[in-house]
Amino acid sequence: MKTAKTATQNACKLCNPLGACLAFRGIEECVPFLHGSQGCATYIRRYLISHFKEPVDIASSNFNEDTAVFGGSHNLKLGLKNVTQQYRPKVIGLATTCLSETIGDDVDMILKEYVRLFDEGEPLPNGKPLPIMIHASTPSYQGSHIDGFHAALRATVEKLAENGAKKNLLNLFPNMVSPADMRYLKEVLKDFSVPYVLLPDYSETLDGGPWAEYHRIPRGGTPVNAIRETGMAAGSIEFASTLAADKSPAHHLEENFGVPRYTMAMPIGIQQSDAFFGLLEKLSETPLPEKYGDERRRLVDAYADGHKYIFGKTAIVYGEEDLVIAMTAFLAEIGITPVLCASGGKSGQLRKRLLELVPDIEEKGGKIRDGVDFVDIEDEAKALNPDLLIGNSKGYTLSRKNNIPFIRIGFPIHDRFGGQRLHHLGYRGTQELFDRIVNTVIEQRQSSSPVGYTYM
Amino acid sequence: MPLSYDKPLTMKKEIVMESIRNFTDPSVIKEELVKLYPPKVAKKRGKAIVVNDPEEIPQVQANVRTVPGIISQRGCSYAGCKGVVLGPTRDIVNITHGPIGCSFYSWLTRRNQTRPESPEHENYMPYCFSTDMQEDHVVFGGEKKLKQAIQEAYDLFHPKAIAIFSTCPVGLIGDDVHAVAREMREKLGDCNVFGFSCEGYRGVSQSAGHHIANNGVFKHMVGRDDTVKDGKYKLNLLGEYNIGGDAFEIERLLDKCGITLVASFSGNSTVGAIENSHMADLNVIMCHRSINYMGDMMETKFGIPWMKVNFVGAESSAKSLRKIAEYFEDDELKARVEEVIAGEMPQVNAVIEEIRPRTEGKTAMLFVGGSRAHHYQDLFTELGMTTLAAGYEFAHRDDYEGRHVLPTIKIDADNKNIEELKVERDPEKYTERKSEAEIEAMKANGLEMNGYEGMMKQMEKKTFVVDDISHYESEKLIEHFKPDIFCAGIKEKYVVQKMGVPLKQLHSYDYGGPYTGFIGAVNFYRDIDRMVNNPVWKKIKAPWQTAPADGELEAEYVSQ
Repeated sequence: MKTAKTATQNACKLCNPLGACLAFRGIEECVPFLHGSQGCATYIRRYLISHFKEPVDIASSNFNEDTAVFGGSHNLKLGLKNVTQQYRPKVIGLATTCLSETIGDDVDMILKEYVRLFDEGEPLPNGKPLPIMIHASTPSYQGSHIDGFHAALRATVEKLAENGAKKNLLNLFPNMVSPADMRYLKEVLKDFSVPYVLLPDYSETLDGGPWAEYHRIPRGGTPVNAIRETGMAAGSIEFASTLAADKSPAHHLEENFGVPRYTMAMPIGIQQSDAFFGLLEKLSETPLPEKYGDERRRLVDAYADGHKYIFGKTAIVYGEEDLVIAMTAFLAEIGITPVLCASGGKSGQLRKRLLELVPDIEEKGGKIRDGVDFVDIEDEAKALNPDLLIGNSKGYTLSRKNNIPFIRIGFPIHDRFGGQRLHHLGYRGTQELFDRIVNTVIEQRQSSSPVGYTYM
Repeated sequence: MPLSYDKPLTMKKEIVMESIRNFTDPSVIKEELVKLYPPKVAKKRGKAIVVNDPEEIPQVQANVRTVPGIISQRGCSYAGCKGVVLGPTRDIVNITHGPIGCSFYSWLTRRNQTRPESPEHENYMPYCFSTDMQEDHVVFGGEKKLKQAIQEAYDLFHPKAIAIFSTCPVGLIGDDVHAVAREMREKLGDCNVFGFSCEGYRGVSQSAGHHIANNGVFKHMVGRDDTVKDGKYKLNLLGEYNIGGDAFEIERLLDKCGITLVASFSGNSTVGAIENSHMADLNVIMCHRSINYMGDMMETKFGIPWMKVNFVGAESSAKSLRKIAEYFEDDELKARVEEVIAGEMPQVNAVIEEIRPRTEGKTAMLFVGGSRAHHYQDLFTELGMTTLAAGYEFAHRDDYEGRHVLPTIKIDADNKNIEELKVERDPEKYTERKSEAEIEAMKANGLEMNGYEGMMKQMEKKTFVVDDISHYESEKLIEHFKPDIFCAGIKEKYVVQKMGVPLKQLHSYDYGGPYTGFIGAVNFYRDIDRMVNNPVWKKIKAPWQTAPADGELEAEYVSQ
């Protein structure tokens, strides 16, 4: 199969506003709002819902042909008012789309005009204070979903973070991880007795229980008051390898409020988890709780027990750049050779950051490619003939066609149950990943064996 | 042959009446639904919420724009055009012209199935092509990139056809996809290239996209191949998109009856079949909303009458087959159809006898699609279940009230923006299949030729009909009626299930199906039994079990 060089075939990225909606879902009492056609909200809801299996309401300014020609000001104001009336949110997380960005709507100005209406005496919706409106610029013709995710968070701290006396408080920007990962991070910080702000936190909003009472907006999320305090924190940790400083919320806090910023890869694998837990020990001046020492020991033990199954295997890993970097480092650590590290994203940092963590990757034949689609990955797969394919559900077709055992991680997971509960981070998340990888290899051997061993 | 279950499949009046009698007077509920809205909105929504009377069908407001900030389940024009109508034809390369999201989100996988003649035959459905528009294309125009993308697709696959779909920015930056299509069609010579102006902001919902797609398929595909295919009874199946393999089951039945399917619009279809479709003698329509334009246009241009059918439900499938046989006025076909029905029904009867004691008397609500909320009521009736409330997401008044209201539908800015093709009788290709007198005679005999009665005629008195239902309204209806099952899509699924009511997806079928024909009916009975009689629901306390009936709900709503 030849590859189209101009068109994208089977994209390995989603669009910018999706990431923003996901991040806004992790703020308490926040309703995400897309300034554009209703189709954007519908498509993105469908995608998020089928991964998380939770309600995801996203409002829209429902552009029509007139709006597209004359501007979206009227629709935006009307939409904001209606969302406020129905949901009584504390926050409206407003993200733009390719449509509103193409026509050049000045959203900040429209928001100012909207607020002025009430200053000048228009009755407030519901008689309540106006919600805080956070505006992130997320045109889909720039970057991909991960850029929208960070843009929403950067806009959030720019809007909310306040200066003040420094507090015993740690900010954690975990990147686009699963609700299970977020719950784990909260457990870790609690066990270190560190007061923290985790932003975003959709561990409950996107993985919650049945409703014993009606909720307009699901419970959970990072509270607004906590976000205000991020400017007073003693430090920010961000799991972000390729995020440019001018797009990083932690960088904003450092520049404007002097909150030291600790940037590190996502803690997957022992080396990266050690770095994370080591930093926590240092910042909290608390030794590693025994529980995590135990987790680490069990993981090392598992590495030793499982190495015979997986050592020397080759893998293709794809997804968001930061996830690919962390996964690659982990794979290298357990003796799997990553033969292709691929992303649909294109920050320009993928190779550089990957070489920092795994300096010999290219010497061992590992390729690093950004801005690719699944046809590019498949072309490589045919030549590389890897033992494993690791990434989100969209790789299934190529795994099936080329008979490559497949391990699902990240987002979106549409063809398996429990994608929102996949755990990737820390010693415990790594343990789960390691077990799944080993079992995938064993299963492959077992089912392809003519004997049918019951001991492996 | 009627079903043998000791109670007939058509539901006993007493059961229905009892199901409905148990509830508060519906007009009181309706009042309560809208009284919490600001007056302007209450007035607007009130027109979309009606209490049914099949004898005197009330008017329903439909196909009217959703108010900004009201979270609707509706999609966009692009979704209706590319995703619904064009997507399921396996040998067209569909290129989305725009930024990456729209193409990614409409990447077809499970929803539409297809069966290439052999593994070597073309099937581009697993692919998703996009021009992946970047900022400089928005600034300087994307036509050049689009042409390159078309050329690349051609070089890679040499497809019979390439279709281009415009997303929101395309219309605004002034890219002329139709001119590009023309230029590339001429340049490539043996590839039919055509474009669709289906920008997401056009029209009220995906329904606008259906219409745009119908126009494009009619203009660029239908009528290009006059080959006369074998077959005594030739028809096209319109508005069947093969979700969950539905078209395969219908194909099986048609085949068994000796009926030739020329083309399907568009589940399990090919470019060649659609190009030859004007050689059929009858169009049968499943999804009236998405494809009725095609039925009318083909009638005018080629003289092919159309007939509404419903292959959802065992009784409805039998009825639809009989209607087709009636149309062809052929005793041999009629006998064959009866034979097929008699052969299929025993398996249906066996399952219904087992399941019906567990489902009888239960209640359902359906808020889905432009035809599905109607079709699936037949299956629930067969299970002895009552539909208490139903509505569509993107339908028009004729889908609710019947096509006789068409002349009275108000033309507004939104439907004016969608082109109405001027269609005329084709001087060479028009052949009268049935004379006007014959059609009238068939109508007099009860065959619904070139017509559709709509959903409400079939629904009981005092049931609810709600168009473009909002989250708030569905919660309120659930609270009042506590249905045993709610049918909608993935966007509603987890909200409804949080309240302890199972939700059956009728867009994707929860990845089950097929639900058409006799095999499909059996699948559906089993799936519904598994859902409504599942012990997990006992673990979930519904809000009305813990909260006072009207306590927590603060439902001030919209203001305009």
